[in-house]
Amino acid sequence: MSNTTTDDTTKAGDDQELGAAGAQLSTAPDEAPNLPSLGVIGWARWFWRQLTSMRVALLLLLLLSLGAIPGSLIPQTGIDETKVADFRERHEVLAPVYDKLGLFNVYSSVWFSAIYILLFVSLIGCIVPRTWQFVGQLRGRPPGAPRRLTRLPAHTTWRTETGPEQVREAALALLKKRGFRAHLSGDAVAAEKGYLREVGNLAFHIALIVMLIAFAWGQLFKSEGNKLIVEGHGFANTLTQYDDFKSGSLFTTDDLEPFSFDLKDFKGTYERTGPNRGTPRTYEADLTYSEGAYGEQKRTTVKVNEPLKIGDAKVYLVSHGYAPVVTVRDGKGQIVFQDAVPLLPLDANVTSSGVVKVLDGYRNPEGKKEQLGFQAFFVPTFGGSATGTMLSQFPALDYPVLALNAYHGDLKADSGIPQSVYQMDKSKMKEFKGPDGKLLKKLLRPGETMKLPNGAGSVTFEKDIKEWAGFQVVQEPGGGWALGGAIVAIGGLAASLFIQRRRVWVRATAGADGVTVVEMAGLGRSESAKVPEELGDLAEALYAQAPGAPEPDPDSATAPESAPGPDDASAKTPDHRNPASAEGAEQQ
Amino acid sequence: MTLAAATNESLAEMSNVLIYSAMAVYTLAFFAYIAEWLFGSRSKVARTAAALTPGAESRKAPAVTVKQAGGTAVLERPKVVVRATAGTRDVPDGPGAHGGDEQGDLYGRIAVSLTVLGFLLAFGGVLTRALSVQRAPWGNMYEFNITFSTVAVGVYLTLLALKKNVRWIGLFLITSVLLDLGLAVTVLYTASDQLVPALHSYWLYIHVSTAILCGAVFYLGAVTTILYLFKDSYESKLAGGGKPGSFATSVLERLPASASLDKFAYRVNAAVFPLWTFTIIAGAIWAGDAWGRYWGWDPKEVWSFITWVAYACYLHARATAGWKGRKAAYLALLAFGCWLFNYYGVNIFVSGKHSYADVGLGVLTAAGF
Repeated sequence: MSNTTTDDTTKAGDDQELGAAGAQLSTAPDEAPNLPSLGVIGWARWFWRQLTSMRVALLLLLLLSLGAIPGSLIPQTGIDETKVADFRERHEVLAPVYDKLGLFNVYSSVWFSAIYILLFVSLIGCIVPRTWQFVGQLRGRPPGAPRRLTRLPAHTTWRTETGPEQVREAALALLKKRGFRAHLSGDAVAAEKGYLREVGNLAFHIALIVMLIAFAWGQLFKSEGNKLIVEGHGFANTLTQYDDFKSGSLFTTDDLEPFSFDLKDFKGTYERTGPNRGTPRTYEADLTYSEGAYGEQKRTTVKVNEPLKIGDAKVYLVSHGYAPVVTVRDGKGQIVFQDAVPLLPLDANVTSSGVVKVLDGYRNPEGKKEQLGFQAFFVPTFGGSATGTMLSQFPALDYPVLALNAYHGDLKADSGIPQSVYQMDKSKMKEFKGPDGKLLKKLLRPGETMKLPNGAGSVTFEKDIKEWAGFQVVQEPGGGWALGGAIVAIGGLAASLFIQRRRVWVRATAGADGVTVVEMAGLGRSESAKVPEELGDLAEALYAQAPGAPEPDPDSATAPESAPGPDDASAKTPDHRNPASAEGAEQQ
Repeated sequence: MTLAAATNESLAEMSNVLIYSAMAVYTLAFFAYIAEWLFGSRSKVARTAAALTPGAESRKAPAVTVKQAGGTAVLERPKVVVRATAGTRDVPDGPGAHGGDEQGDLYGRIAVSLTVLGFLLAFGGVLTRALSVQRAPWGNMYEFNITFSTVAVGVYLTLLALKKNVRWIGLFLITSVLLDLGLAVTVLYTASDQLVPALHSYWLYIHVSTAILCGAVFYLGAVTTILYLFKDSYESKLAGGGKPGSFATSVLERLPASASLDKFAYRVNAAVFPLWTFTIIAGAIWAGDAWGRYWGWDPKEVWSFITWVAYACYLHARATAGWKGRKAAYLALLAFGCWLFNYYGVNIFVSGKHSYADVGLGVLTAAGF
């Protein structure tokens, strides 16, 4: 029973016999333990080996995923600062500890950065030698056939009348036609295919590095500003025009893309019926914009998922609200203020609040200069006075009502301290009193006017209610690189997971009886069903050119590895085959 | 003002009826699978035990390499001899849940037929739901769940149609599909409705559909991995001379060999990993259009990333000495756990941009992803 061995011995035999044939079927790093020699260089080398080993890379990957978890559960400064402040208030003991650990800024914390930087150093330390090794493999040739092809995971053999040289030539031509890199070495043809697996693997890992750099670059040069614009008003992209502005540490104002735009119209539609009544359906902002300082005027519509792209900058529609037009007249009927006053939404139905401030031009009945302030509550759909609340019932302008109260005095707007336009500093303001002696307040329908007492003037809620839209202007360079990296990463990943790198050998030798013995064998890096399948196809194609010859009398068998008679006989019945191999082959 | 198309109430109702019918049929399929396993337990063939028990005769059975050019007859084509990889246990695959029992096999076939019927009903339910709202059927967790289970069953049936040996997974799959649908119709049910502006994008079709497919395939991988762990410890016990309990023997004997299970789990996970990568990238592109940044460490983004890293770990572990086998399998389960948490955990416990619960432009209903 010369062909039969138990698994353990074949394993040992395989390793010896395959030798160079199985070597370098991949450029995956060796996992041999490496004990450090003495000295600094020895230790450095040991450390480097450890860092670039697959095992440590694996641990770093695990650490990276573990490290990312707290950032999803603890509020993050970079995402929602108010939530962080809220958390600090509620957890007085925990918050300082979290601060020390950087848990409010996980993704820019020292320890998280350390993990991914180590991971990427490890990655580079892995990729560079693998690339060189792979280049070496491309410049070299597939290794020659191992001595005994029957030891390989998939093999086949037959006898043919065709001469050995013709068989080898036919095999060489066949393999080359099938896209193998093939060459003749000794009495066998050696061929290899599937180099794209390695290319894909390297490309994937390099693409990851490109993505990381692009992301870091984007963060450093990023700028992000918000601007609230009322219908009919405009914006030019300079720092001073923004309501608020954030930028990366290497950003300079010269980097701002020059453009300007006007908000012509804002449209919002909402679900009218059903359980989701009031849910927004569409938001659209019609703009005219021009690129550069004196660019041509163009029209466009910005929607929630469709930002306006100008150069590196993108203009997003991020919020909206109402801006009632309010007219304030003095005691003589002169208009001292007329403007759309943007109010901030407080809830999903756009109940809004804000302040109307009259800073200049107003003189009280005594002729003294004074400032006026009106706290405003606005509901686009009033629930009726019976509800007793100023909470909006629906986000669209179905039954708009404006509630105003009135103050006069000094708004302290000139004190040099920046003031919110949505809040009023009442420390130097006096209430206008109503007939009941309390603070003057009134609910106004569009077109209605509230008279101020003692001929102090009036406030009118004009019929034309404007809407405002909040825009976010983001400039984040490196997006193209990140996208390119992502596409390459997917392609590389697919190549490295779906392409098999495999070797095929065809040996043709003249047997003692003058008949040629053909042996074919295939070897893949991983155990794959495709290797034997492909070998079968190749064998069939070659068999057509070197048809089988009748088997000689068992007694005079000379083919290598051929077994004595009884064995041959038993081998013909499939039942006697190794059940695992047989079923394995079927299943695959 | 353009009003969005109103949802079609009768189609939505038809969808609900179809989903309930699918659940009923799946329940019947569930009992049929149970019957298959029960009848299969009559089979007493212990092939694994025979292959692994020390001293058993078949252990000594030589791995015969067949000489293909045998006899005087000239072959049609040369036959390829395949050898099991050195170092793995030489264990035959089990016969499947029916255990070779004829009646068991009959019930198994009935179960598969019922699964096909249930799938068609569920598919109809998903389709009518989509038609009733005139958009992709994954705008909220209910829709996501019914689509997810339908896709999971679809993947299973596709593998069956491709003549893959996967019928043994049927019972486990249908059990969890029933749980998933039960959860969907009771806890997660949302009346059919239009989408909020933030979800109006063709990326919704691309990003969410691939996420669902990935989840379904990852799920099959995870079930196989659990079975692998059981089967592997069963085989180790046998190989070490132990004697597993009769229930374990009865069930595990009928499953494929641990090596086959491991290989199957690896294949499905590896096959879908690039798609999961694509899902995240598609999400990033959409986020770039919708929120002004392509990556912002939103909880859903973080957990997709964690899931991705965990599966990357698993793929690397399979190629690393000392991590192959059980350790890699634990990683695969961990990775699926991350996926699961990303869906249920993040949607329910963590609020972020994906939860569509912020005030402002995003006053939106809870959407799946």
